[in-house]
Amino acid sequence: MGFEGIGAAVRRREDLRFISGRGNYTDDINRPGQLHAVIIRSPHAHARIKGIDAAAAKAAPGVVAVFVGEDMAADNLGGLPCGWQVKNKDGSPMAEPPHPVLAVGKVRHVGDPVAVVIAETKGAARDAAELVSVDYEVLPAVPTLEAAQKPGAPLVHDGVAGNICYDWHLGDKDAVDAAFAKAHKVGRLELVNNRLIPNAMEPRAAVGEFDPASGDYTLYTTSQNPHVIRLLMGAFVLHIPEHKLRVVAPDVGGGFGSKIYHYAEEAIVTWAAGKVKRPVKWTAERTESFMSDAHGRDHVTVAEMAMDKDGRFLGLRVRTQANMGAYLSTFAPCVPTYLYATLLAGVYTTPAIYAEVKAVFTNSVPVDAYRGAGRPEASFLLERLVDICALEMGLDRVEIRRRNFIPSSAFPYQTPVALQYDSGDYTATLEACLKAADWAGFEARRAEAKKRGKLRGIGISTYIEACGIAPSAVVGSLGARAGLYEVANIRVNPTGSITVFTGTHSHGQGHETTFAQLIADQFGVPMSQVEIVHGDTAKIPFGMGTYGSRSLAVGGSAMVKAAEKIIAKGKRIAAHLLEASADDIEFKDGKFQVAGTDRAKALAEVSLAAYVPHNYPIEELEPGLEETAFYDPKNFTYPGGCHICEVEIDPDTGVVQVVNFCAVDDVGRVINPMIVEGQIQGGVAQGIGQALLETCVYDENGQLLSGSMMDYTLPRADDLPNIKVGTAITLCTHNPLGVKGCGEVGAIGSPPAVIGAVVDALKDYGVRHIDMPATPHKLWRIINANRPRMAAE
Amino acid sequence: MYDFAYHRPSSVADAVKLLASDPDAKVMSGGMTLIPTLKQRLARPSAIIDLSGIRDLVGISVSAGAVTIKAMTTHAAVAASAEVKKAIPALAAMAEHIGDAQVRNRGTIGGSIANHDPAADYPGAVLALGATVHTNTRKIAADDFFTGMFSTALAPDELVTAVEFPIPEKAAYVKFPNPASRYAMVGVFVAKGPAGVRVAVTGAGANGVFRHTAMEEALAKNWSPDALHDVGTAEEGLNGDIHASKEYRAHLVGVMAKRAVAKAG
Repeated sequence: MGFEGIGAAVRRREDLRFISGRGNYTDDINRPGQLHAVIIRSPHAHARIKGIDAAAAKAAPGVVAVFVGEDMAADNLGGLPCGWQVKNKDGSPMAEPPHPVLAVGKVRHVGDPVAVVIAETKGAARDAAELVSVDYEVLPAVPTLEAAQKPGAPLVHDGVAGNICYDWHLGDKDAVDAAFAKAHKVGRLELVNNRLIPNAMEPRAAVGEFDPASGDYTLYTTSQNPHVIRLLMGAFVLHIPEHKLRVVAPDVGGGFGSKIYHYAEEAIVTWAAGKVKRPVKWTAERTESFMSDAHGRDHVTVAEMAMDKDGRFLGLRVRTQANMGAYLSTFAPCVPTYLYATLLAGVYTTPAIYAEVKAVFTNSVPVDAYRGAGRPEASFLLERLVDICALEMGLDRVEIRRRNFIPSSAFPYQTPVALQYDSGDYTATLEACLKAADWAGFEARRAEAKKRGKLRGIGISTYIEACGIAPSAVVGSLGARAGLYEVANIRVNPTGSITVFTGTHSHGQGHETTFAQLIADQFGVPMSQVEIVHGDTAKIPFGMGTYGSRSLAVGGSAMVKAAEKIIAKGKRIAAHLLEASADDIEFKDGKFQVAGTDRAKALAEVSLAAYVPHNYPIEELEPGLEETAFYDPKNFTYPGGCHICEVEIDPDTGVVQVVNFCAVDDVGRVINPMIVEGQIQGGVAQGIGQALLETCVYDENGQLLSGSMMDYTLPRADDLPNIKVGTAITLCTHNPLGVKGCGEVGAIGSPPAVIGAVVDALKDYGVRHIDMPATPHKLWRIINANRPRMAAE
Repeated sequence: MYDFAYHRPSSVADAVKLLASDPDAKVMSGGMTLIPTLKQRLARPSAIIDLSGIRDLVGISVSAGAVTIKAMTTHAAVAASAEVKKAIPALAAMAEHIGDAQVRNRGTIGGSIANHDPAADYPGAVLALGATVHTNTRKIAADDFFTGMFSTALAPDELVTAVEFPIPEKAAYVKFPNPASRYAMVGVFVAKGPAGVRVAVTGAGANGVFRHTAMEEALAKNWSPDALHDVGTAEEGLNGDIHASKEYRAHLVGVMAKRAVAKAG
């Protein structure tokens, strides 16, 4: 069984279903009598709604209903809730303006839902949607951080002065000031972390259903966390008690964070299904996805590092502005605060850190967590700043990192920004990656490239992240309005096969394989005997879903705890069957065995006895073999590692080609190395996308210029190198498997390595930093502007 | 999309008759632009006249001096044609890099030039090679065919039936794809042949494909990349957008042209 257990590169059992078109996605679900919804969205970034005339649409063929914001208000529905409250420097709560499901009075971004048309067919709904006349009074828009903070800027929400959501800080300002006062040198950097549009392969979709006989509601939705949606939508928006609301997230085709949140369309179809007493389906078109899925990143930051004469970091000062968009998406406030500023120590011993973060409302799509969520912003800032510090000191980029690393002897290591790292060996991942990338041989490759007319550069990042979020009490004290434990229910069936119900959700991560391997390993049974069930609140216990690379670290830990309970009970059953003491029973290779003898009962024999308890210690033990465990993590987990990127730039066009990319990561214990490799490669692909290709562009009126694949540059296969992935692990010390997480490391570690490489390639052009994305146009401008000077020199 | 009538005539004459009888009808060849436009409800034709049933409009023939490609011949067929590869390798190579495999298997030469998307590749080849566009009523010189962005000399009820390319002595096409859409952001087709030296620029111009006469003059004197060293491209009349300013496009015209000349040999 070892070959299927922990550490085996088992092929993903879900892939045959996915690649042969047999997945069951939300849009594949069709309910009897189903109607179709089309959402009418604002074409303006900011406008007052003076009136909506839906009479013609209501009279159109096939139309069943048209609803607007006032219809929902008349039913006393709530707005979309925010799940995290951040406090201002003075302790007062952040501004939390209402987020109506359908706009009332005003629209605040292009794509803001205004009305819904429900009809017999999608075509009829679309035809009728064109007949809805919305009378807008267009208002001046503030789509960007800069525009929203100008003195006298128009207000996105009337009650939110200066468009400031919160003004928050973390760390010890006085200690940092003192560090700068005694600094030998200071590295300073202003940077932008570019706004991204997630673009999961499967667009969002939702089907709402109401059963008038039972009063039960069901929502099928593209969610990463169905129980969270049930809680938020049931309790806060629609006021449906949880026992009357089922949320199903079936196969989901990618999320990257964008499917964590409770979206308006989910509430619309569920509520509307109750109003019209028929199922209602909505599926986003890609254009809608661009203007309604929560976007990611969008920071502007100034950072300074104080150093001593040896280049050791003394203090870090960071001022960040973060774009929240027009409304607070479910977890938006925590992204630029507790998932960002807490990571600013990175892998370094910087003793004093002070970060200030101002979150700003703008007339743009809400921004929330996107693969990495706060941590890519932190690692990009810190790793770019460390490169600047190396320049400032005249030190090699690797050397300055080595001088400042937290030594492997220092764990557990308390950072000055709240986190306590449990384990790591940053030198090990650095050395392995330097070797894999042949860092030492780079200058020869640069010289060779120069002969071909290419500018070659190399970049490095040594990053850390915090995932496996996280102890409930800790996040609660930081403003989370949710617990962040995870749950597993393991049901050993009478004949010994095993069904596992997990509160996590798989939307591309391969959980059905990884978790089956884990369970097969725990019970010593073949994977074929194990089924993983997720994504349906009617089947699984109340779990928190999948985001922040938490599924294995938290969900897998819950499975281990539940398995321990099963084995403990199994030992008592086996002891009865074998007429031995439970203390003498060992569980190994799928058998309960009396220690030191060959007397044993297989798991299937024990489970059969548990369900057919004829010969059974019924006075002491309940029948059945099913256990549930809720696991609340003791700490975050801290994956980290080293990424090295090599690029070549064509000076005539500015085109960058990534010619080499190596990642050596510490993700803790690896269950399935093939899946880990795939996760890291996918993350790196998105990181390269952010660094070189992707960016969301609004014009000054708040129109989304990068609103389709024609203008938003997602990475494609030919944009990417063959990404080399290695691991050099240390075990997490506080969870039973020693696992850390791998879903986000690729997107967190790679962007600074890529930009570092681009800057290095252009080092003779007077460049210290380049904001992402480093597009050909941007690089050509730099090359062109500096060419005459170079020629003169 | 909105409802429309659908016709699939089997002859050019029938197609023209349908087109003449309905001013709001639209002709569809490969549908690579029209179908997305319909799906987005950006067009509302009364009828679609699908030319895919007209067998006479498919095929490639090569004579001593010219390659003639019938209008409904797909890009994939041109790219794979041994005759085209031999006679005008630059044309086959260009066809091989239009869009993606799906587009190349559906999209046609007639559809591409009749649509005259300013970022399409074929208009560059037609103009640089000095091709002649055959229609159901006449022959139109390339210089007279493209009249502006999404605009041609075709009459409302006139159909492209074939494009006749004189075989050049030398030719090559090099493009800089838009990073997102992969359409030509700047594409330069250079040719030296019976029609003299011709340089056509696609992708860059706000009014669609155009000839770069300054480059033509320089190359006529000296057919080499170096001849273009001091030949600038005016920014006026070029496109500027979030991917490339006019200035950058003007610069890229020069780079692509030099590379095209080098490639042509």
